[in-house]
Amino acid sequence: MKNNTSKEYENILEINHLQTSFFTKNAEIKAVDGLSFTIPKKKTLGVVGESGSGKSITSLSIMRLIDNPGKIVGGEIYFKGEDLLQKSESEMRKIRGNEISMIFQEPMTSLNPTLTVGQQISESYITHQELSKKEAKQKSLEMLKLVGIPSPKKRLKQYPHELSGGMRQRIMIAMALACDPDLLIADEPTTALDVTIQAQILDLINELQDRLGMGVLLITHDLGIVAETCDYVAVMYGGQVMEFADVKSLFTHPKHPYTVGLMKSIPPHDRDVEGDLDVIKGSVPSPVEMPNGCRFAPRCPFATDLCHQKLPNIETDSYGNQIRCWIYSDEWDGDPEVNVHAKTTEGTT
Amino acid sequence: MQKQQKELLKVTELKQYFPIKGGILGKTINYVKAVDGISFTIYEGETLSIVGESGCGKSTTGRAILRLDEPTSGKVEFKGEDLLSYSKKKMNQERKNMQIIFQDPYASINPRQTVRQILNEALEIQNVVPKKERNQRVIELLETVGLGEHQLDRYPHEFSGGQRQRIGIARALSVNPELIVADEAVSALDVSIQAQVINLLKKLQREFQLTYLFISHDLGVVRHISDRIIVMYLGKIVEIADKKSLFKNPKHPYTKALLSAIPSTDVEKEKQRIILGGDVPSPINPPSGCRFHTRCPFATELCKTEEPKLRRMDMMKEGHQAACHFIETVEANEKQPIL
Amino acid sequence: MFKFIVRRIIQTIPVIIGVTIIVFSMMHLVPGDPAQIMAGESAPAQQVENIRERLGLNEPLPKQYLSYLGNALLGDLGNSMRSGRAVTDEISARFWVTIELAIYSTILAVFIGLIAGVISATKKYSPQDTIIMLIALFGLSMPNFWLGLMLIQWFSIGIDLPNWFPFINDTSWFKPSGWGSFQQIVLPVITLGTGSAAIIARMTRSSMLEVIGQDYIRTARAKGIKERIVIYRHALKNALIPVVTVVGLQFGGLLGGAVLTETVFAINGMGKLVIDSIAARDFPVVQGTILVIALLFVLVNLFVDITYRLLNKRIDLD
Repeated sequence: MKNNTSKEYENILEINHLQTSFFTKNAEIKAVDGLSFTIPKKKTLGVVGESGSGKSITSLSIMRLIDNPGKIVGGEIYFKGEDLLQKSESEMRKIRGNEISMIFQEPMTSLNPTLTVGQQISESYITHQELSKKEAKQKSLEMLKLVGIPSPKKRLKQYPHELSGGMRQRIMIAMALACDPDLLIADEPTTALDVTIQAQILDLINELQDRLGMGVLLITHDLGIVAETCDYVAVMYGGQVMEFADVKSLFTHPKHPYTVGLMKSIPPHDRDVEGDLDVIKGSVPSPVEMPNGCRFAPRCPFATDLCHQKLPNIETDSYGNQIRCWIYSDEWDGDPEVNVHAKTTEGTT
Repeated sequence: MQKQQKELLKVTELKQYFPIKGGILGKTINYVKAVDGISFTIYEGETLSIVGESGCGKSTTGRAILRLDEPTSGKVEFKGEDLLSYSKKKMNQERKNMQIIFQDPYASINPRQTVRQILNEALEIQNVVPKKERNQRVIELLETVGLGEHQLDRYPHEFSGGQRQRIGIARALSVNPELIVADEAVSALDVSIQAQVINLLKKLQREFQLTYLFISHDLGVVRHISDRIIVMYLGKIVEIADKKSLFKNPKHPYTKALLSAIPSTDVEKEKQRIILGGDVPSPINPPSGCRFHTRCPFATELCKTEEPKLRRMDMMKEGHQAACHFIETVEANEKQPIL
Repeated sequence: MFKFIVRRIIQTIPVIIGVTIIVFSMMHLVPGDPAQIMAGESAPAQQVENIRERLGLNEPLPKQYLSYLGNALLGDLGNSMRSGRAVTDEISARFWVTIELAIYSTILAVFIGLIAGVISATKKYSPQDTIIMLIALFGLSMPNFWLGLMLIQWFSIGIDLPNWFPFINDTSWFKPSGWGSFQQIVLPVITLGTGSAAIIARMTRSSMLEVIGQDYIRTARAKGIKERIVIYRHALKNALIPVVTVVGLQFGGLLGGAVLTETVFAINGMGKLVIDSIAARDFPVVQGTILVIALLFVLVNLFVDITYRLLNKRIDLD
């Protein structure tokens, strides 16, 4: 049963300086390194980033599902005003799947192949609401109807392999929303799906969010999805948030050179780009050899000595938008008139 | 424009059926009709893309053209010669004119060979460069794709995904092909790396007058790289047009829905989205008539019974064809979508 | 599912025919004249001729095979050279002893193997894991006749054992020979089951480790269910799929292993029957027993395939 006596809170989730590392015999790999962001109640935050940016590790850290050899080494994760990192494992278990739920990228492999759909959804009710099997089954059926699955009675008895990818993702959503969570974490929920099915699933998540009033953390690499479904965006790179802003500001006035570069490298489907695409030179740094200064400095066309030597602080503007870049600080030692939107392609390969 | 161009590859009524075994004796009980009678032409020097969702047959088409899987029937003419009539040996020789790049380059290169060995082997098999000059050629190839001589003796696992794709491209280029089939070649790459590889592919096309058959599900990439585009659904071509015409004036309801389903980064534009219901039907027993009728908001009785042919209307640009009974109606939007 | 079972049964027919051909030709693969060998080297010519006549050895080979097959189908595997009794009678007197031995050993092996494998996998790289895997390696590398002899030495006749069990009145805990009572059963079952337990433990461990790394286990944990349920309801059921195959193969292997175990513990089962008959050159009995063991093996495999199919929902599609 849910604990409704918790403190007053403004943000459903507030993460401060989260650090999650993986330990090998002779090194500490900092997968998430000083990450902060907030999600206001009932809002959607999109977290974008390329592979290795630490976005999935962030979501598993919130759930406290980081396995050996990984470990959360520092920071705070306030959920409904309480720090999840101070909770015991059994307290966390009462939160997982009940107050915070998660859906994953691969609907093909994220459902247990040897249990029926009904068994897998019922499990949430049996665990968190202590319902009988029969009651749980009835509730599961209602859930299947809610997520728009045709002939739900029949589906309850089916195994995951009998369903299409889109159906399976609907099942995952039904399972995640079973106990009416306050926060839904969706880790690349549509990446494995075709665009027409993706449209269905995003639509469903949006509709259910309105209906159930939950906060959503949507992890994706697709800026288009963020633009269309989120209220806020955090752009991640090298285990840190480079830029945090409301969607409109970010897409109309991106400030961080990485955000700008990312937007320019995606060929849009709704307008033509003449000539070559603008590219970000080089490749994503391996977390084993992260740069000392700004994580993006080695690939940044504007980087100065300062950028290479010192990690920039997070600057917050009057709207609450945040940026981690020297260009926007008083210490900036480069061209004061620098234009991050200028064409930056240096050679095409 | 295409009128003056020379045909490089002409595909006629290509079919690719994969048998399904079953029953007590393991007989063939049915077929997956992955590609079911498609025809198109690729002209010299152009990039023709095939787009569509999983199971539409786009990759199968690419493989069938190169005879990586033997097609069930149809004709594939390369410069007027029917490839399907060639013996296995002759076909192997002919492959030096047509190469393929895959989505996962790591799966298609030998992990125990260095880059030098991989490229040398490709040169050796097709014997296009005299032995003495091979080493020089390998270095040239590597530089062409943006890698350096110092990386020659490294193994594939020492490279990043983007670099491995460059190695795959270098290997394809090694035999001086005329046609390159790129099967989801940039789909697995991170966006910042993907842009680099797209630019490289375009540069190589300019330098070596390459012709591309570019297979992808990403319409943004396709819009950027293609001259002409084929849209496939369940083993059939539903629409074929030059890039501008397709993106500005899509005619087939499926193409329209596909285009409207892609999330856009333009936060200021209000967007009308067509959300298609249901899933793509199974290619084992595809729907009768128009294969899209089960999900089409405009479908009528006619669509269920009669298969529409690819056709061009007066209002459509030269070379733009769509397979729909109701191009005019859909265009005029007289019918309201039944959703 | 029904179709699958029918198809699978039809598929066993050629296997069974192959087995009978091999068993039949065994007698003819022995160098020299089988009749002479059966009769013994110094037997008079007339006696050799009688044997040849009685067994139909002067007929052409295909005809001999067909009549052998026909008789076998009617349940006639010939008569023992030693006792003169029907081979089927000789076998049926000992059949259940061997089956019991193999079944008890399998139960022991599955029980110990599964528990050890699950503990090892859930506590990967812990001291428990290391110890279990060391014991498994030891169990795997011990020849079972040696283990049998050692067990007899330690727990039966070799040393004076303290009288811990009030229900055992003997000076030794277990009996070194025979079959039937609890005291007789324990040691041979341990002897025969240890190797299989070790293999099953290792297989379960690696299978569990693979399953625990799967996405659906992460999903189960994200649902907030107890770790115990994650392991037994979500992981073990999937991990069992490859283990079932191994158990089936092991059961077949145990039938073969019974030959040595029965000899060491002087148990009058099919294994010992084979050894004794070989020593006495009693070819019809050797043939018959091997045929029965081979058929059992085929049946077990059929059973395993069907179980596998029931467990693995994913391949039930066609």
